[in-house]
Amino acid sequence: MSAKPLKKVGEKSWGITIFAFLYLAFLYAPMVVLPIFSFADQKVIDFPIKGFTTHWYEEMFAKPEMHKALWNSIQVGLIASITATLFGLLAAKAITRYAIPGKSFATGLISLPLFIPEILLGLALLIILNVVGVTLSLLTIAGGHVLLCTPFAMAVLVARLDGFDKSLEEASLDLGESGWMTFWRVTFPLIMPAVVSSLLLTFIVSFDEFLLAFFLQGTEQTLPLYIWSGLRFPSNFPPTLALGSIILVVSIVLVVLAEWLRQAGTGGGKMKVGV
Amino acid sequence: MDSGDYIRIEHVTKRFGSFHAVDDAHFSIKPGEFFSLLGPSGCGKTTLLRMIAGFEFPTEGEIYIDGQPVTGVPANKRPTNMVFQSYAIFPHLNVYDNVAYGLRKLRLPRVELDRRVKEALGMIRMDGFEDRRADQMSGGQRQRVALARALINRPKVLLLDEPLGALDKKLREQMQFELRQLQKTVGITFIFVTHDQEEALSLSDRIAVMQKGKVLQIASPRELYESPNCRDVADFIGTMNFMPGIVRAIEAKVAVVDVEGLGIINSPLPEDYSFATPGAAVLIGARPEKLDVVRGAPHPGEKGVAGMIGACAYLGDRNHFQVTIAGREGPLQVATEQGDRSTLASFMPGENVTVSWGDNSMVLLPKD
Repeated sequence: MSAKPLKKVGEKSWGITIFAFLYLAFLYAPMVVLPIFSFADQKVIDFPIKGFTTHWYEEMFAKPEMHKALWNSIQVGLIASITATLFGLLAAKAITRYAIPGKSFATGLISLPLFIPEILLGLALLIILNVVGVTLSLLTIAGGHVLLCTPFAMAVLVARLDGFDKSLEEASLDLGESGWMTFWRVTFPLIMPAVVSSLLLTFIVSFDEFLLAFFLQGTEQTLPLYIWSGLRFPSNFPPTLALGSIILVVSIVLVVLAEWLRQAGTGGGKMKVGV
Repeated sequence: MDSGDYIRIEHVTKRFGSFHAVDDAHFSIKPGEFFSLLGPSGCGKTTLLRMIAGFEFPTEGEIYIDGQPVTGVPANKRPTNMVFQSYAIFPHLNVYDNVAYGLRKLRLPRVELDRRVKEALGMIRMDGFEDRRADQMSGGQRQRVALARALINRPKVLLLDEPLGALDKKLREQMQFELRQLQKTVGITFIFVTHDQEEALSLSDRIAVMQKGKVLQIASPRELYESPNCRDVADFIGTMNFMPGIVRAIEAKVAVVDVEGLGIINSPLPEDYSFATPGAAVLIGARPEKLDVVRGAPHPGEKGVAGMIGACAYLGDRNHFQVTIAGREGPLQVATEQGDRSTLASFMPGENVTVSWGDNSMVLLPKD
């Protein structure tokens, strides 16, 4: 009986390679459609593409409502990301440094907004705000986003603080510094990359978020809300594609940057930080 | 309290749940002393050190430093500084800022700060390294920076948590020597934690041997080696032959013990010999180098017993023999100096010899 030769390490198995390509195409191909049609010289989304134009970008940039919505989104994103990162930092410090009863329960509670359907979360928040009598505005959107962003911030910062040589903090205390000064002189400079990573990540989560913003909006719109409202008019459609393309690119850049910073920051206490 | 009680550990116990990390430690350390806490990992030596530093707090008992009770005082308010096992050099700061770290809050004038950092770096021979970062230094250099950083605050006590553990053997021996020199120069009390008995013996004025949270014996290196107070200490420090025996009588300065396989041994009495009542089962301990292997009669004035050479080992500066004795379980370990070049060649495994010893070098130990 002749045995089949055993497969060597590194020999290609075509099945899994083809599957991987199909999988990636399935995930990302729809996203490519957006930028392609944003440059197409036609009002209707249809193949074949008739020609190349940057007209839709010009039209989009010319709209004052778009500028307003963009600025609103940036404001909401800044408030949400800074607040969430601050909360995440406090939570991460508590989780990694202190023995608190009910720690895992509290951690689970903070992470819960990730798993509750956003539409329910939005509805619930809207009801509560109405009952309490809060006027809906950009601030209420930012508040909802803090809820959604804090688990992300916490996850990034817990990972960094966990991989952190605790004797560095002890050394600072031992040399006479208070807990607060130890945080500023040792802990914070060393977790800086993770803090920046958390800010970028949470900013993007807030910037791209639609459902909560939809429920919690007052009279002012964020960018996703503006896009949504623009879709009702066919003439608005191509400029909206242009806007969507820009958001897509910026989001990808920020997420990649955040991930790069997060990874650069996990090198124990060995990496160089600051000047 | 007299001047011998510079640091006083008063019935200190530390429990983690039901686990006794440190169990009723009670002793004092003199000013300027090089004091070691020695024991296997998990014996509680690091927990005890961390309680002196203020990172852990005793479940029971009190700690005094220079007459002041510090039991509940946190680390940043204690007159102690620590050299960590991992050195804990701040990776985002250079050598200068690492060393100056503890001085910053004093807001010294720049000139004074410079002078003290320079002085500290000079003391550890690291002048010119001010701009280096942790990842640009060798283990030995980091170790020195950690020392300078801790000493610049002029602590009353310097605590060292296995600081030489991460260094290779040659460098470790050199650093041991330097550490001892440094301690003599600055005159600060050092408390040194180690699991390496040779390190503890060569560095310390006194050593506390710990096991399972308990302090077994506190004594000078010589005393620990020559007269351990129990089997565990004798076993942990160096090698010891243990021979069970029965006390026949207690005389002026010796215990007359009938030892299995070796006959009557007149062992010198230790400080506390309350356990050695006539009829009691005891242990007689003999260091391998206190025994000798000879042909025929034992050395003049010594006793001897017939045995057979089992295994031989050549260790460079000495030879190691295992000698089987009739009526004794397990061979005796005998170490002879390599002075006589013919020793190893002249004894072959299987050869009948005599093990020779002087009763004065025997140690009387409690059975358990």
